[in-house]
Amino acid sequence: MHYIINAQPMDVIADPRTSLLDMLRDNLGLMGTKKGCNQGACGACTVLVDGERINACLALAVQYEGREITTVEGLSGGSDALHPLQSAFIEHDGFQCGYCTPGQLCSAIGMLGKIERGVPSAVTADLSAETMALDHDELRERMSGNLCRCGAYNGIAEAITKVHAKVPA
Amino acid sequence: MNPFTYERAADGAAAIRLVSDNRQAKYLGGGTNLVDLMREQVERPKLLVDVTALSREIEAREDGSVLIGAGATNTAVAADRTVRERFPLLSRAILAGASGQIRNMATVAGNILQRTRCTYFYDEAARCNKREPGAGCDAIDGVNRIHAILGASPSCVATHPSDMCVALAALDAVVHVQGPGGDRTVKLVDLHRLPGGRPDIETVLDAQDLITGVELPALGFAWRATYRKVRDRASYAFALVSVAAMVDVQGGTIRDVRLALGGVAHKPWRAWKAEEALRGRLATRESFAQAAEAELADAAGLRDNAFKIELAKRCIVATLGDLIGETA
Ligand SMILES: Cc1cc2nc3c(=O)[nH]c(=O)nc-3n(C[C@H](O)[C@H](O)[C@H](O)COP(=O)(O)OP(=O)(O)OC[C@H]3O[C@@H](n4cnc5c(N)ncnc54)[C@H](O)[C@@H]3O)c2cc1C
Ligand code: SF4
Ligand code: FES
Ligand code: FES
Repeated sequence: MHYIINAQPMDVIADPRTSLLDMLRDNLGLMGTKKGCNQGACGACTVLVDGERINACLALAVQYEGREITTVEGLSGGSDALHPLQSAFIEHDGFQCGYCTPGQLCSAIGMLGKIERGVPSAVTADLSAETMALDHDELRERMSGNLCRCGAYNGIAEAITKVHAKVPA
Repeated sequence: MNPFTYERAADGAAAIRLVSDNRQAKYLGGGTNLVDLMREQVERPKLLVDVTALSREIEAREDGSVLIGAGATNTAVAADRTVRERFPLLSRAILAGASGQIRNMATVAGNILQRTRCTYFYDEAARCNKREPGAGCDAIDGVNRIHAILGASPSCVATHPSDMCVALAALDAVVHVQGPGGDRTVKLVDLHRLPGGRPDIETVLDAQDLITGVELPALGFAWRATYRKVRDRASYAFALVSVAAMVDVQGGTIRDVRLALGGVAHKPWRAWKAEEALRGRLATRESFAQAAEAELADAAGLRDNAFKIELAKRCIVATLGDLIGETA
């Protein structure tokens, strides 16, 4: 099966039962993406597929053949520098043990893309609005698919808010 | 997980042929429910036919209706401009469900046909008539906080967990189905079955029937609509009770109303009795309370879920109150 993973074309041989998460970790040795619940409930396995966040644990790898996958390892785009969101997580204490962090990062990047494209959330008051703001409630609702057992939520929210504010509209 | 083969169907007819030729085949949407159930050995298909690419368009028609392709993701539907303008209730209900990640994966057809979250259904060691007809039901005398208060049977007290379907029920949505014998349509409210003696048969569809789309009939301009969901935490949890409500109020009188409940039954529950009690009545709290009583008159609570009867009533009253701008 052929994929573009972190901007590299890759061919993988895997059983149809293999989840995208297991393929990344076991077949490709990309251990950044984490397995928490393995049932869609924690977000630790979040990766980006064509820029959209999904839970890799519920995804059959075979179904995503040919797609562009980005994991935490690919966020910096191949350079040695960190992605601005990674730096912000360090600066604002956006993690303690770090287990949820790769998922938080990928999820936040996917989420910010949605904000940019004007996609509403459950707490958006005006569904007809063209542009979406990222206030306190919006951020927490939109990131509710990512749990953090260490409770680093305040730091995570601060880091995302900072990076969002810096992105030119 | 049992071994299986995976195929991408080229079109609807090919998908139906593949599933007809293999008695243990299943259609695959986003996999967010099916993959989970396969991992738990609840589902053991030998062939998965991926149908997500077959119909993803959201077609805004001139007559005010919208036809949503079965493979459209939940996110795509909720974010669609026309859906947001014409049927904001549907966007609201979808956005109230699951997480951003899951909504990006989940399809419309998969959401409709997702299976119950009854914990005994998931647990191979438990007795469950839905998993194994005739085995018994461990939920009836077990932990049943999330179970049904309406339309349940001695065989099964499970609920249908979808938020989206509650809005579809209120919106009179029509499901487009392609089968071995041709195309047909089924109203969403008639698609799911009550459990009766066969909780393993959940819909009126056959295994080969492929959902190709969902049609939302045009609405007049006068409707006000909203979706309210009560759950154990503020986000990312299934509904204990949810209400999709639409009202057309003129001069203080309810000209028309549509009401559906989630989290209470084996199917998205259209509240026909409450609607009948409301039509033509003054839009007051008393009318709402009487309608709620009428709808829940036949409700039956189990050990852990009896609170949902009162909760459902209050939700109906509060949601209708919100819609008429009452601030009680
Ligand atoms: C942690 C978690 C939390 C969740 N929270 C919520 C929530 O709060 N509210 C809510 O509503 N939902 C919730 N969900 C459920 C989620 O909405 C469903 O799993 C999802 O909608 C299923 O869609 P899918 O495309 O992934 O279906 P799949 O898993 O691919 O398929 C589901 C079923 O539909 C069948 N199917 C798929 N497509 C077709 C077709 N075209 N024709 C015929 N049959 C078809 C499959 O054979 C299968 O039986 C949650 C799920 C998880 C994992
Ligand atoms: S309530 Fe239904 S799904 Fe749950 S254990 Fe009983 S029969 Fe099975
Ligand atoms: S490991 Fe995928 S959501 Fe928890
Ligand atoms: S930092 Fe430990 S789980 Fe989030």
